[in-house]
Amino acid sequence: MADIKDRVASRIPEVTNREIDLREAPPPVFQLEDLSVYYGAFLAVADVTLAVLANEITAFIGPSGCGKSTILRCFNRMNDLIETARVEGKLSYHGVDLYGPQVDPVEVRRRIGMVFQKPNPFPKSIYENIAFGPRIAGQRNNLDDLVEETLQRAALWDEVKDKLGDSALALSGGQQQRLCIARAIATQPEVVLMDEPCSSLDPIATLKIEELMQELKKEYTILIVTHNMQQAARVSDRTAFFSVDVNEKGQRTGRLVEHDTTNKIFTTPSRPETEAYITGRFG
Amino acid sequence: MTTSVRPYSASPEMVRRALEGKKISVVDLLVSTALLLALLSSLAVLLTLLIDVVSEGMPVLSTRLVDFVTSPLSARPESAGLVQGLMGSLVLVGFVIVVAFPLGVAAAIYLEEYAKDTPLNRLLVSNVRNLAGVPSIVYGLLGLAVFVKALSGVTNGRTLISGGLTLAVLVLPIIVITTSEALRAVPRGLREASFGVGATGWETIRHQVLPVSFPAILTGSVLAVARAFGESAPLLLAGAVLSNFFSAPAGTSFISQVAEQSYTALPIIIYNWARQPQEEFVALTAAGIVVLLVALLLVNAAAIIARDRFERKQVS
Repeated sequence: MADIKDRVASRIPEVTNREIDLREAPPPVFQLEDLSVYYGAFLAVADVTLAVLANEITAFIGPSGCGKSTILRCFNRMNDLIETARVEGKLSYHGVDLYGPQVDPVEVRRRIGMVFQKPNPFPKSIYENIAFGPRIAGQRNNLDDLVEETLQRAALWDEVKDKLGDSALALSGGQQQRLCIARAIATQPEVVLMDEPCSSLDPIATLKIEELMQELKKEYTILIVTHNMQQAARVSDRTAFFSVDVNEKGQRTGRLVEHDTTNKIFTTPSRPETEAYITGRFG
Repeated sequence: MTTSVRPYSASPEMVRRALEGKKISVVDLLVSTALLLALLSSLAVLLTLLIDVVSEGMPVLSTRLVDFVTSPLSARPESAGLVQGLMGSLVLVGFVIVVAFPLGVAAAIYLEEYAKDTPLNRLLVSNVRNLAGVPSIVYGLLGLAVFVKALSGVTNGRTLISGGLTLAVLVLPIIVITTSEALRAVPRGLREASFGVGATGWETIRHQVLPVSFPAILTGSVLAVARAFGESAPLLLAGAVLSNFFSAPAGTSFISQVAEQSYTALPIIIYNWARQPQEEFVALTAAGIVVLLVALLLVNAAAIIARDRFERKQVS
């Protein structure tokens, strides 16, 4: 374990921002080097280079079409589900190239969980929603304990402990989304990806999810895509700002403008584009 | 020229007059009446047919219903029954369910979940759609050439096996299409959720996609099976016996009846009775149609009950 950390740490200077104090920074979990995503011949996002650090919340912000969700979906190979999607460049997870020929996307997704924009619980019982992932991963025993512990971590246990057998679809939107977070951590991942997890929730449910994220980041590394800049400012430690370029054919290609501590991005961004977006003057 | 685009302003009296001037739309009324007539006329045709058939078949149905459905075929109208047709049709439907349902569902799963979007696969899909529109008599010819003749070593020629396989091939494209549509209707979010927790493609299909789409698959397949139940043209070619005097010798085992003996089916019997010159066969024909319809309803009802049970089990 230690030598992996050392190996990864040795690569930090190439990619991390100069603001980060390397001696204090935790080792990066992910390193992206010139990562580009194509849909067929269309370049959706170009040349993203950044590092994601452990036990931090990294927020991806930017206007619609800037490719922030597309990049997020590279981290657990979710883009594999789109037939035409193709990835160039390097995305390494603890030094392992996630798009290497030997990598099994199923194993990737067990270690890197995901929560989606629209709450999408399985149309099964609350219990089954949590137990499905561990069961297909081969766990047969102590599923009851695992379900309880997972739901407690997701701050949902008290609300559902008496109706574990009920359909998950009967829960409210906010509860469903917390169930989806619980489902994501039930396979005991290291990372949780969240693709606009609060965009369909009311402010109270959003607050609960944000509190939960603060709790979870003690043990998990979290990446979140959000349209809500206040949310990025509230919850994240680091923020990546993406923008979009339109070429002469009208094709929109996203690119990473700036990646830094959230505090820096929202107070003294180094790029004028970032400042314009943060302050609402963009276009 | 002054602009005519300006905000609305009016006195309360003007607003009242404008808003309360409720008119009856003549066009709306005409269209809805026409649509209702269309619905009623199609229902009326069906109802007329039903009443006609039931009233014509009444002499048989009211006097000897049990005898009618349990007696074998006979040249004497007063003792003729259709038990062989009933059994034949049920065995044929059994073949369709056992052969066409798994095959069709499997083919659809491949097309929807595994096949890449290549020109060849698109050609395959459009061909399956075309096959569903091929007239059933063509499948009868296929059944005659392939199952009755070429594969006679397996099917023993004109047996229930040949007929069942012919009907299975006939409804296969329909099952593929309805299953494809049911699979396509499964929301993308469900697949993403399943892959997201580390499920493989097959685990996602087996545990998430199929349970959700199964009721729709079942509904579509039941309609396909119902079609097979009522088909007569392909069976005429694929070996169903036309003679009124067909009957397997008493004591023939069920296996032998299916695999070795000549066979008949309900639609074939109805078709034959309808061609008989004697007056008495009119009532027999009508009664046969009623039995066919009732059997069809029972098959459908069984499928609906099975589907509801499955859905209830899913939720709890």
